[in-house]
Amino acid sequence: MLELIVISTLNGVLFGMLLFLLSSGLTVIFSMMGVLNFAHASFYMLGAFFGYQLTRWIGFWPALVLAPLLVGAVGMAVERYGLRNTHKHGHVAELLLTFGLAFAIEEIVSMIWGKSPVDYRVPAALDFPAFSLFSTNYPAYKIFMLAVSASIFVALLVVLKRTRVGLIVQAALTHPNMVSHLGHNVGRVFMLVFGVGSALAGMAGVIAGPALVTQSDMAGLLGPILFVVIVFGGLGSLPGAFIASLVIGLVQTFGVALNGSLASAFGPLDPSLGPSVLTDIWNVTIAQIAPILPYLLLVLMLIVRPMGLLGTRET
Amino acid sequence: MIDTAISAPYVKPAGRGQNLRFYGMWVVAAISLVVLPLVFSSGGSITSFSLIGIAIVFALSYNILLGQTGLLSFGHAVYYGLGGFLAIHMMNLIVAHKWPIPLPFIPLIGGFGGLAFAVVIGWVVTKRAGTVFAMISLGIGELVGSSSLILRSVFGGESGITTDRTSLPHMFGWSFGPQIQVYYLISFWLMVSAILMYALTRTPVGRMCNAVRDNPERVEFIGYDPHVVRYLACCFAGFFAGIAGGLAAVNFEIANSAYLGAVQSGMVLFATFIGGTAQFFGPILGAILVTYLQLGLANVTTVWQLYFGIIFIGIVMFAPRGIAGLVMLHRPLIRAGTLGMMIPSYLLSLLPTLALVCGGVLAIETAARYTQSEGEGKVVHLFGMPFDSTSLTTWAIAAALIVGGFLVARITWRRVAEAWDRATTAARDRGCLA
Repeated sequence: MLELIVISTLNGVLFGMLLFLLSSGLTVIFSMMGVLNFAHASFYMLGAFFGYQLTRWIGFWPALVLAPLLVGAVGMAVERYGLRNTHKHGHVAELLLTFGLAFAIEEIVSMIWGKSPVDYRVPAALDFPAFSLFSTNYPAYKIFMLAVSASIFVALLVVLKRTRVGLIVQAALTHPNMVSHLGHNVGRVFMLVFGVGSALAGMAGVIAGPALVTQSDMAGLLGPILFVVIVFGGLGSLPGAFIASLVIGLVQTFGVALNGSLASAFGPLDPSLGPSVLTDIWNVTIAQIAPILPYLLLVLMLIVRPMGLLGTRET
Repeated sequence: MIDTAISAPYVKPAGRGQNLRFYGMWVVAAISLVVLPLVFSSGGSITSFSLIGIAIVFALSYNILLGQTGLLSFGHAVYYGLGGFLAIHMMNLIVAHKWPIPLPFIPLIGGFGGLAFAVVIGWVVTKRAGTVFAMISLGIGELVGSSSLILRSVFGGESGITTDRTSLPHMFGWSFGPQIQVYYLISFWLMVSAILMYALTRTPVGRMCNAVRDNPERVEFIGYDPHVVRYLACCFAGFFAGIAGGLAAVNFEIANSAYLGAVQSGMVLFATFIGGTAQFFGPILGAILVTYLQLGLANVTTVWQLYFGIIFIGIVMFAPRGIAGLVMLHRPLIRAGTLGMMIPSYLLSLLPTLALVCGGVLAIETAARYTQSEGEGKVVHLFGMPFDSTSLTTWAIAAALIVGGFLVARITWRRVAEAWDRATTAARDRGCLA
């Protein structure tokens, strides 16, 4: 039991940090531009596939640097030539544009790399067990993922809180008009933020690709959870996104690890009742409902506190 | 928040001629629904018409949310799917208990299924508007979609639940075995739902929905609760989506978890938005086009969904009011008789734009064949010409068409814009444009 708790906590924090790499970019983009970027998870997927392709051509370490840069460039192009032109039609049009993009990117990826998972492996230098806990070998690559995402988190914090650029970004979050009155090129700041946000998502994809499955439906699987995270944490709140990422990461990891059901706790139902909704609910394991736990949390949160955990905005 | 929406058509005190034209349109629509299968009587086309009919009801129900109330939903298929499942279960129950309910009433039962779910879940979902509503509807869609795989006794797991529509009590001596009879059943409900949904836009509730879309703050000032209005809109949309789901259940005789899924929700959004949300007939156009493309393109190319995405992005960027919006843009010109001024520039820009499109299609098709050429060889047949996907010439032709087409087309588009200015100015002079 202790083993399960320790390992699941480690995995949960890791998944939570990955989610935060994505949700932080999404949150900053949303607060600055009012655009909920539907294609954010697609950038994560692009990162994984670029990482896979570049690893095959030039090796993992150059890919770790180049792939996020490429994804960032794609993101900047999307902002410059897509969103900026759509802005005049309102936020719904922008949201729909990113929705269409997410759809198109998934199709392009499955056109180029096929619909089945690609063989994206952990680099040989990191392919060893880091330590043995109880009877489980914990892979070094997961420690590496944790280290990368934690260092990006710290770097992001330092940039936002301690540098001039961070100051402008923070100011643009709350007072975009004032910032442009002060002579900053808000359009360029937007493009930069969008690019950095996409690059972070791409980075998450590159490091998550070997550990999870790199497949053309990975964006579709992660995207909705990402939105749960930022609505749960409160739209536009970075600390909220951080807490929500960890909560959702832990909930999902523990959910998958637990195999209990009502039947195992209270004994099987009387078989004479026959199959019904009750038997379905009675026999379902926690592992089976793990995928819907985030959405249940979302609905609960909306009933209790519609603004989200740390949200202050009404819209 | 919603800037793309435009106000509903202004209700003029209708003269006699206008009344006649208005009812004439509905009569023509009804007659064409009756006559269509007589003209195109092949089995394939009747099946397609049935699918299109279902898609139209579904898209119109979606537009109650998106177009009328300004709520962008990513989980509308939930109501459609639950309506479909309730209809299927009801059909099986009717057969098992020999209840005297004939098949034509099944879609109504589906409607009540969608309505019931909207009544329960709608209150939470419509608490917030705008982006948050979109996210919540997405979450609810995922929640219901995943739950449907867990509650196997209700949703039948992956295989779904089947039924046999012909074992229900017959009506007017129709067994509803042949597709043509199902087509007329669908057309009947299509006509009824379309009239009801149009009528809804003319009721005070419909008007309040428009008001909530355009300015929720002011709605609150005059004493309405926007949340309640959104909730009502959600219930109506759920009801009509349920009818569409019930029709689908009757048509396919099966309901499975794909009915509830994100793909279905995405398709109805595509259909409604491509058609145009600001006009009542927009979703009808969109549903016809999208269903037709779905059926037609899937036979021609393996990457048809990519074309879908590109068309959708194009509409969002360049014509956010959809096809119906483009049509309505030209109406004052037709009335003023200045449309003729546009035609030469349209024809001129047609050629380079076509070249651009052909280049894009060629590039996509060659790329698709290049990467996934299992057993089909490396040769793409396009526009009646063979292209070798491995040869450099093909790629060069595609690149030349795209770049050249774009450069020339941009010049001609500018001419179109100039001609447009002249035509609208002339129309304004003649008093046909405000």
